[in-house]
Amino acid sequence: MQIIDAANLDYRTLNEALRGAETDYIAKDCRGQRFIAAGMSDINLTIEGIPGNTLGAYLNNANITVNANAQDAVGDTMNEGKILIHGNIGDAAGYAMRGGKIYVKGNAGYRAGIHMKAYKDKIPVMIIGGYAGSFLGEYQAGGVIIVLGLHKDNKRIVGNFPCTGMHGGKMFLRGRCEDISFPKQVTARRAAPDEFDEIREYLSEYCSDFSYSADELLSDPFTVVTPDSKNPYKQMYVAN
Amino acid sequence: MKLEGQVRIPSGCAISAAISKNGNKMSGEMITNSMKPMHDRSNGLGGGFAGYGIYPEYKDFYAFHMFFDSRGTRKECEAFLKERFEIVHSEIIPTRKIPAITNEPIIWRYFAAPLKSVLVSLQLDEKEFVAKTVIKINAEMSGAYVFSSGKNMGAFKAVGFPEDVGVFYKLEEYEGYSWTAHGRYPTNTPGWWGGAHPFTLLDYSVVHNGEISSYDANRRFIEMFGYKCTLQTDTEVITYIMDYLLRVQGLTLGEAASVIAAPFWSTIAAKTDFDDQKKHTYLRTMFPSLLITGPFSIVLGFEGGLMALNDRLKLRSMVVGEKDDRVFISSEEAAIRSMEPNAENIWSPAGGEPVVVKVKEGAF
Repeated sequence: MQIIDAANLDYRTLNEALRGAETDYIAKDCRGQRFIAAGMSDINLTIEGIPGNTLGAYLNNANITVNANAQDAVGDTMNEGKILIHGNIGDAAGYAMRGGKIYVKGNAGYRAGIHMKAYKDKIPVMIIGGYAGSFLGEYQAGGVIIVLGLHKDNKRIVGNFPCTGMHGGKMFLRGRCEDISFPKQVTARRAAPDEFDEIREYLSEYCSDFSYSADELLSDPFTVVTPDSKNPYKQMYVAN
Repeated sequence: MKLEGQVRIPSGCAISAAISKNGNKMSGEMITNSMKPMHDRSNGLGGGFAGYGIYPEYKDFYAFHMFFDSRGTRKECEAFLKERFEIVHSEIIPTRKIPAITNEPIIWRYFAAPLKSVLVSLQLDEKEFVAKTVIKINAEMSGAYVFSSGKNMGAFKAVGFPEDVGVFYKLEEYEGYSWTAHGRYPTNTPGWWGGAHPFTLLDYSVVHNGEISSYDANRRFIEMFGYKCTLQTDTEVITYIMDYLLRVQGLTLGEAASVIAAPFWSTIAAKTDFDDQKKHTYLRTMFPSLLITGPFSIVLGFEGGLMALNDRLKLRSMVVGEKDDRVFISSEEAAIRSMEPNAENIWSPAGGEPVVVKVKEGAF
C-alpha cells in the first residue's frame, strides 16, 4: 500500500507515481487532475479529494474507488475493471465504454452511458443510485445501464430525451416511468421476472458495495428499455 | 500580430465565479487561485476577471478600462472622451512585470461621468449614451479598445494563463462582493488582449466556455440595434444580447435565459403550467434570432448579482456550490473546492436552467 499526496502533482506526475511497484494506492487530496489511472491494469486505487475529468479512461483492469464526487467523462472508453463512486458523477460518464463496471452511489449528470457498446463477453455495466440527467444512454449500442432512483428529493429518475439514438443494449429504470417519454425507436415496458436474472448479479454486487438490500430493490417494478431494431440505419445504406 | 479575420484557429475554456449574498468583500486572490486546478482547460492565449464592488470610492462614476496601442491613440481618445465626459480621475492600471505576461498594450482607466449638457442635447439616458460611446470607440477608433465600462466594477484581461493574469493585474489588492474568471482556449480567433474574456458593456460582463454556432445569425440581428461586433468572438455577441434583452427590452433574468437557451418546442408543448407555456411560446416567437445554439456555459455578472446558464442541451459542464452566504460557480468542482474546501450542496444545473444569485438589497 502506497499513499500518494496528490495536492501539488500534475496529472502526469500523479500517473507516473501510480505506475510504481505497488498494487494498492491511495491518492490523497486530489485537486482536479485529469486522466487519473488512464489505461492502467491490475491496481487498486482509492481517491480522496476530487478527481478531474476523464478518470479511468481506457481503464484495462483496475479498481478505482472515489470517496467524493467525480467530474465529467468517468470511465471514458474503459475496457475492463471497476470504478466505484461514493458521490455523484458529472456529464458523459462511461463515454463509449466497452467493458467493465461503473457503480455510482449518487446521481449522474447529462449523457451517462453515451455510446456504450458490447462485444461478445465484454458487457459494460453502469449503475446509478440516484437520478440521471437528460440524454441518458444517448446512442447506446450495447451494455447495461441501470438507474435506481434512490434519491430523496422529488426529481424524476431521468431527465429529458433518454435513449435518443439508442440502437443496442438494455436500460433498466426502477419504477413505472409513466411520466417519461421515450423516442420512437425504443420500447419501454415492464421488466419480466426472467429479465431480473440478467441484472441480479450486478445489483447484488452494487448493494453489497453501498449497503443496500438487493432483494428489496428487486421487489420493486422496473421499466426495461430496448431498441426496436438491431440496425436502425440499414435503410440508409446499400444492402450487401 | 494577426487579428480576427486573418486566421482561424480550429480547436475549451474554464470559467469560475464567487459571490457573497451579504455583500462581504473578497479579494481577487481567491478567484485567481480557483483557476489553477483548471489550468489544462486553457492554452495560455487569454485569461480574465471581472470584479464587482471594487471601486467604492468612485462608485458613482463609470470606470472605463482601456487598451491603447500607442501614446498618440491614448491622447486622441482622451480628447474624444473629454468632449463627452467629466473625467474625475485617470491613471495607468497598476500591473506587475512577470515573465508569463508579455507584449502588453498601454492599459489605462478613467473614472468619468457623462456631461449633462451632452445628454440633454442628445436626448439620451445616461446608460444608453455610455453604451453608444463605448461601441463607437471600439468600432471606429483604431488602436483603442474599451474593455470595461460599468460603475463600481471592472474587467481585467490579458493574453496568458488566467492564474498569471491575476498576478499581473495585482488582483489581490482589489476587494469585491462578486468575481468572475475565465481561462481561454480560443477556438476560432487568435488570442489578443481585447479578445480575452470577460466581455463587458456597462455593468454586464460575460465569461463563456463553449462555441456558439448561431453567432452570425445573432450578430446580424443584434447589429440592427446599434451594437457592433468588432471581434468575431462569439462571447461578444452574448454580452450585447444580454444588454439588449435586460436593459433595452426590460426582460427579467429568467426571461432572458429563456430566450437565449429556449426549451425545445416539444418541451414547451409538454408543459403542464399553461401560463409558463404561454410565456415560453411568446419569448421564442418574439426573439427567434436571439436563440443561442451550440455549446455554452456562461456566467453573466451585473451590479449586485450573477447568473449562470448552460445551453439547452448542456454541452458544457457547470457546477454550483455554497458555503454560508457565498455561492460558487465553476466549470469543475475542483475549482470550487479550491475556493472553499467545505463547500456544500454541490449540484449541476440542467441545460437552460438559469442560476441567479443576488446580493441582499442595500448590501452592495
